[in-house]
Amino acid sequence: MSQLLQYTLSGLSAGSLYAMVALGLVLIYRSTRVLNFAHADLATVGTFIAFSMIKAGMPFWLALGTAIVAGAAVAVVFYFAALVPAQRKGAGHLGQVILTLGLALILQGLTVYQWGAEPDRFPFPLSDTKVWQVGPVFVSELSLGTLAAAAAASLVLFLVTQKTRLGLAMRATSENLQAAQTLGIPTRGVLAFAWGAAAALAVVAGVFLAPVLLLDPFFMLDALYKGLAAAVLGGLNSLPGAVLGGLLLGVAESVGGAYVSLEFKTSLAFILIVAVLLVRPEGLLGKEFQERV
Amino acid sequence: MDLVETYGEELRFARKPLARTLLILLLVALALLPWWGPRGWLTRASLVWLFAVGVIGQNLLIGYAGQISFGQAGFLAVGAYTFGHLRIAGIPFPLALAGAGAAAGLAGWLVGFPSLRLKGPYLAIATLGFGTATYQIFANVEWLSGGRAGLAIPALQPPFGLVRDTWVYLLYYAIFLLFTGTAYNLVSSYLGRALVAVRDSDIAAESMGVSLSRTKLLAFAISSFYTGVSGALMAQYLGHLEPQAFNISESMNFFVAVIVGGLASVEGSIFGAAFVVLVPALLGGFRWAVPVLFGSAILSVLILEPLGLAGLWLKTRLYFRLWPFR
Repeated sequence: MSQLLQYTLSGLSAGSLYAMVALGLVLIYRSTRVLNFAHADLATVGTFIAFSMIKAGMPFWLALGTAIVAGAAVAVVFYFAALVPAQRKGAGHLGQVILTLGLALILQGLTVYQWGAEPDRFPFPLSDTKVWQVGPVFVSELSLGTLAAAAAASLVLFLVTQKTRLGLAMRATSENLQAAQTLGIPTRGVLAFAWGAAAALAVVAGVFLAPVLLLDPFFMLDALYKGLAAAVLGGLNSLPGAVLGGLLLGVAESVGGAYVSLEFKTSLAFILIVAVLLVRPEGLLGKEFQERV
Repeated sequence: MDLVETYGEELRFARKPLARTLLILLLVALALLPWWGPRGWLTRASLVWLFAVGVIGQNLLIGYAGQISFGQAGFLAVGAYTFGHLRIAGIPFPLALAGAGAAAGLAGWLVGFPSLRLKGPYLAIATLGFGTATYQIFANVEWLSGGRAGLAIPALQPPFGLVRDTWVYLLYYAIFLLFTGTAYNLVSSYLGRALVAVRDSDIAAESMGVSLSRTKLLAFAISSFYTGVSGALMAQYLGHLEPQAFNISESMNFFVAVIVGGLASVEGSIFGAAFVVLVPALLGGFRWAVPVLFGSAILSVLILEPLGLAGLWLKTRLYFRLWPFR
């Protein structure tokens, strides 16, 4: 029993990372109907920037802040420089998804060029090995920090989307773009903000994932696929769904890996998702935008 | 006067006698490449042909039927490993090739079932799951993948005293021509029109009497048949199989080829295949520049020329048809 609890806890910690990635993906999907495949590479670039600054002797929190701003800036620039012109050219949803793939490839190549492909250890203030015992389970400082960061990120996102004028504008834009434009909402700015916020979330997830793994240009890819899966599991246009999907996926993976098969834990997670999708094609909490004939 | 009267005529690649002569000359010149081209080109060109088969398959699915699949590397792996095991069991090359295609086609048919309920991004994730699962299965099940040593595939024995490279090139070229011709026919048949109808509006297509489930499943099956054959050819080309060859970045290569070549265009797929094979070869030492170039190509295609290289080719032809008047 305590073992099961332990696996659940480590699953929750991994799942909160997936949830952060999924939140960013859902934020972008809700506003622009684009599945962002550059999410991992945005996070990677941000994490590497933080890495370089810490190496140069900067304090951790300053480096984290700069990395977040840099990641958000790349996403906003991409939105204005690539997505908007492509939309003017009449690119459909598929075309826009492919644009993000293009961005992913470019960032990937530049990361390899700038920082090399060899893995590095990421210096992180929270330790992976310092462990506390809470009742029957053990929890490390790092996984506690990850859980806290994800909770904080979800809370901030919730407050922004539900309690501010900007959030109201975001919800209106995602509900009906033309109507929002007619009502005088600066939709371009709102969408750019969504991209920036999503990239910022991705960078936070990247910085918290880097100390678990080693830092190399491809370290976020697996997390991206899990994040995508989590977002789809929860419903691609539901922010609470993203958190639920991420946590569920993390726990399913950890428990499945422990009790069923360690080699196939990723496959198990995907099988679970396909099964859920077959019953609920729009995810657990999702409500897909209805299409008019 | 250039009057196009039927849809079939509109789709025909070369309509006028001049264009047809030029096309035949080009095809013959390519067939004779081993006798006039440098050695280094030969293996590279074989790679283009085998890629082109897979890209055409992917384009049938994405470009014509409008179904996203990120599991292409999975079908590639199914084809390659089926082919490898059949060849090792002593089955002759053509039969093994057909078996590889059939196995991948069956896998595609099965993967197609979620597509009956899922759309767009949801389908993309489901197929991504298939790709990941296939990769993990081949990476972890030793009797399938040949364990740590990988799977060695017996080399082809060239007949008529040909050099092996030449024989491989000619064989691949012939297979490529066969599959390209089939694709052209398919696209201009009832099924091709049904695929396009499903892509443009599935509800309208269904109300016009196109069977959605049949069309979607067929699209998946045919596309993965092509991909499986491409995987088998790749297996024969490499001579040695490891699961690492079929990770997600291989799916991305096919994707880039389809987009850069041009969605819903068979000749575009060939251009795209040539692009993803030849550009890395040209860049040689600058490996990091390959993804940057691929990414920039995707961005510029979608922003400047949404029809890709095929669109560029169409515009060039149009320009010269009217030349010197415009």
